[in-house]
Amino acid sequence: MPAAGTVTSQQQKTTSRRPAGTLYRGREGMWSWVLHRITGVAIFFFLLVHILDTALVRVSPEAYNTVIGTYQTPIMGLGEVALVGAIVFHAFNGIRIILIDFWNAKYSKIMFYVVVGLWVLTMLAFVPRHLINVFSH
Amino acid sequence: MTTTIEAPRSPYSRAPRGRGVNWEKWGWIYMRVSGVVLIVLIFGHLFVNLMVGEGVSALNFGFVAGKLADPFWRVWDIVMLWLALIHGGNGMRTLVNDYATARLTRGILKLAILGAVVVLIVLGTLVVFTFDPCPAGAPTDLLPLFCQAS
Repeated sequence: MPAAGTVTSQQQKTTSRRPAGTLYRGREGMWSWVLHRITGVAIFFFLLVHILDTALVRVSPEAYNTVIGTYQTPIMGLGEVALVGAIVFHAFNGIRIILIDFWNAKYSKIMFYVVVGLWVLTMLAFVPRHLINVFSH
Repeated sequence: MTTTIEAPRSPYSRAPRGRGVNWEKWGWIYMRVSGVVLIVLIFGHLFVNLMVGEGVSALNFGFVAGKLADPFWRVWDIVMLWLALIHGGNGMRTLVNDYATARLTRGILKLAILGAVVVLIVLGTLVVFTFDPCPAGAPTDLLPLFCQAS
């Protein structure tokens, strides 16, 4: 423990104009964190329901088909777009978090925009095909 | 009464940890390791169920029974079930620790999360291991094609 008044190398970082250790305060860092939490909670509750509906295969083919039929309606089709959107963001931002932790925090902001870009590309590949499947049956 | 005031510029230091397993550290590692595996498992799951063929409109008992008759998909689904529920449950625990301020509320919420995770892991595992793709007495047109062969 250094004596009072001694400036350590650790503290010199915090006297810069942009404080160190603020990966999650404001702007890209905060919004990716907020979105990671919201998408995570949404996916968790869907997972609970999804295991219950899939468990109906053990009840009877009719019971399973009735419930899975509700997933094939237009409204649920749009819900699946939201679900996949949440999963894809959570997945790519999760990789970003791992890279910040194990590789380099310097690129955290750039990586946020890479996540957004990859999310747009993935959704462009998924959404049209999925909506055609939903609305043409 | 005397109070010791720390030197104003002393760097942040953690209280020394006691002996024993550092569960929070292993939870932190688990989130990252399971996360990477789950990306592969869930993206594969979504691709096969929503992108291939007619996607969501092709899903029915015959489709799921055809998949679960294959040991490859049984292992896939079981691993996905365990990893995802524990990953999600641990994530929800983090949120409860952050946002539930009263000790009792935190305890109740975390017990509810643990209960949901345990029940669904047991249910899902039992379903996959006891599943019969050709249940007796079911209408043939709802079953996968290979049921007619026997």
